[in-house]
Amino acid sequence: MEEINALLQGFGVALSPLNLLLMFVGVVLGIIIGVLPGLGGANGVAILLPLTFSMAQQPGGTTSAIILLSCIYWGALFGGAITSILFNIPGEPWSVATTFDGHPLAQLGRAGSALTAAFTSSFIGALIAVIMITFLSPVVAGFALRFGPPEFFSVYLLTFCAFVGMSGGNAAKTIASMMIGFALAAVGLDSVTGTLRLTFGFTSLLKGFDFLIAVIGLFGIGEILETLEEGLAFKGASARINFKVVLETWKELPRYWATSLRSAAVGCFMGIVPGGATPASFMSYGLARRLSKDGNDFGSGKVEGVVAPETAAHAAGTSALLPMITLGVPGSPTAAVLLGGLLIWGLQPGPLLFVEKPDFVWGLIASMYLGNIAGLIVVLTCVPLFAAILRIPFSIIAPVIIVICAIGAYTVHNSMFDVYLMVAFGVLGYAFKKLGYPLAPLVLALVLGDRAEENFRNAIKGSQGDLLVFFSNGLVGGLTSLALLLLFWPFIRAGWRMVLGKS
Amino acid sequence: MESEQQHSAASVRAVEIGVAVVIFLFGALVVFDSYRLGARWGDDGPQAGYFPFYVGLFICASGAAIFVRALRNTAFAAESFVSREELKKILTVLVPTIVYVSVIGYLGFYVASTLYIAYFMWHLGKYAWFKIAPVSIGVSVAFFLIFEIWFSVPLPKGPLEAALGLN
Repeated sequence: MEEINALLQGFGVALSPLNLLLMFVGVVLGIIIGVLPGLGGANGVAILLPLTFSMAQQPGGTTSAIILLSCIYWGALFGGAITSILFNIPGEPWSVATTFDGHPLAQLGRAGSALTAAFTSSFIGALIAVIMITFLSPVVAGFALRFGPPEFFSVYLLTFCAFVGMSGGNAAKTIASMMIGFALAAVGLDSVTGTLRLTFGFTSLLKGFDFLIAVIGLFGIGEILETLEEGLAFKGASARINFKVVLETWKELPRYWATSLRSAAVGCFMGIVPGGATPASFMSYGLARRLSKDGNDFGSGKVEGVVAPETAAHAAGTSALLPMITLGVPGSPTAAVLLGGLLIWGLQPGPLLFVEKPDFVWGLIASMYLGNIAGLIVVLTCVPLFAAILRIPFSIIAPVIIVICAIGAYTVHNSMFDVYLMVAFGVLGYAFKKLGYPLAPLVLALVLGDRAEENFRNAIKGSQGDLLVFFSNGLVGGLTSLALLLLFWPFIRAGWRMVLGKS
Repeated sequence: MESEQQHSAASVRAVEIGVAVVIFLFGALVVFDSYRLGARWGDDGPQAGYFPFYVGLFICASGAAIFVRALRNTAFAAESFVSREELKKILTVLVPTIVYVSVIGYLGFYVASTLYIAYFMWHLGKYAWFKIAPVSIGVSVAFFLIFEIWFSVPLPKGPLEAALGLN
């Protein structure tokens, strides 16, 4: 019950008036970010990260800063559902599956129930994931305290192999995107040998590529270009939620407890394994359609079809923070940005964080409970306001978003070169998205590149260049084998099916 | 393939192949520079180019794989990557954005942003100037208040701010 005590202390940290205020500010900002095209959890947090630099200098400020940023993340997760249901425009990739039944419900005049169901199941998904984080993360962190460089590298390897094997897309494109991320991470001064790598004499490349710039460009500018091409006619259903509808929907929801639990389990699993929220939402929608009694009516406006993807997406988005705080390995691009924040504030994410900064860790975990409650209250009461944002014409909102992205890119290092880079990353992001290259591996590789390389170097330095160090004991060998298993998962599954089919 | 209304500006296959070639060349560049730095085992451990060397090899390999797939996939040749209309729309946003970020250094963030938003509203939204002026100026003033005063994050300023004594 050590966790309960630690958690209660965390609530003590998170419940200060300033932190509560930041929670609501974060959630509101997050929902706005989630609703707007071109701004999402990852680049929204990236843009606002520089604003926390001075906040994090104050005593206890890092906790306030992470509460603000993580609440923006929760808000963005909630916000995605609003646009999916009312406008049939998924504000975030993980809300695509929510449009399948959410928008038909809105067209039937049941937008209120669809939104209530979405928000409530988001909340439940997040809650289950936070409970899991509360009890599992000290265990994982304790386990990881024994990790040395080979173990850490094999965890990174596991992360990246999971991307290749589990993404389901074109493996060559996933590898290309990931390796480009690693190459960009290597640009600049090599901290071990002090040599300049891949700069080709350009002084502006000395500092290397900052992943925040990449995130803002790839996800922000890239998405604006993509939205523009699709043409923008926002035709939204009206967004009235009254208390009666909320209560009626809440009465209906317990019927779908099995779907909720299953979706939360899928979400938690996919969030920890870096598959992410998007596949989790599709998977649990598919599972619910197959297993539900009304499965055949899915797509025509079933509340259960909203419950499944929303629960899973929120559970996955939340549990993506578990490997981030315990191992320093983010499970999603937004978690990667939060991890970058920790590094900038001078915190070392990883198992030692639980020992050295218990206030920070448990304050963050407590704020996950409170932030999601705050989020649920805000979305249920203010939906029409947020929906009104989407009625601002595109010709006004698009340049404003690009200006915000430019400000965000500039303030990271006060450098104009970063703003130019952001535009270049935007064009790259647009082309990659249209050709089906996943962007998440690039971002994660850019964030983790230096640390992965450092651990790799230290590991093989210790073994005098022998790569078998990654199989030298049960722990590291198990991790490496699991990584290889995930990498070749599609082949293994195909082979397994062939064997089964023939016998 | 050309549909009735939309003329394709580039097929998916052409773009796939082009991007694959760029990826391969990028990988080759990484391999080349890593080799120059030394991608072997030095006196005290792996040299600076050791890790990026293999990263570069992976980039080349994946670029080659994508290239071969695109060449063999004839369905891609028929599919349109971007129509001329779409390309035109994208360029009407991309070109002003490039102009915008390149004049920030001369005009300052706020003036450049005002002009940029005004251009968008005029060109894409076809608004009248009496609607454009308050929105574009209002947004920039709001940003000024938020960043310079509330968060005290200074953004680049130009001649106008200097004339107004706001530096």
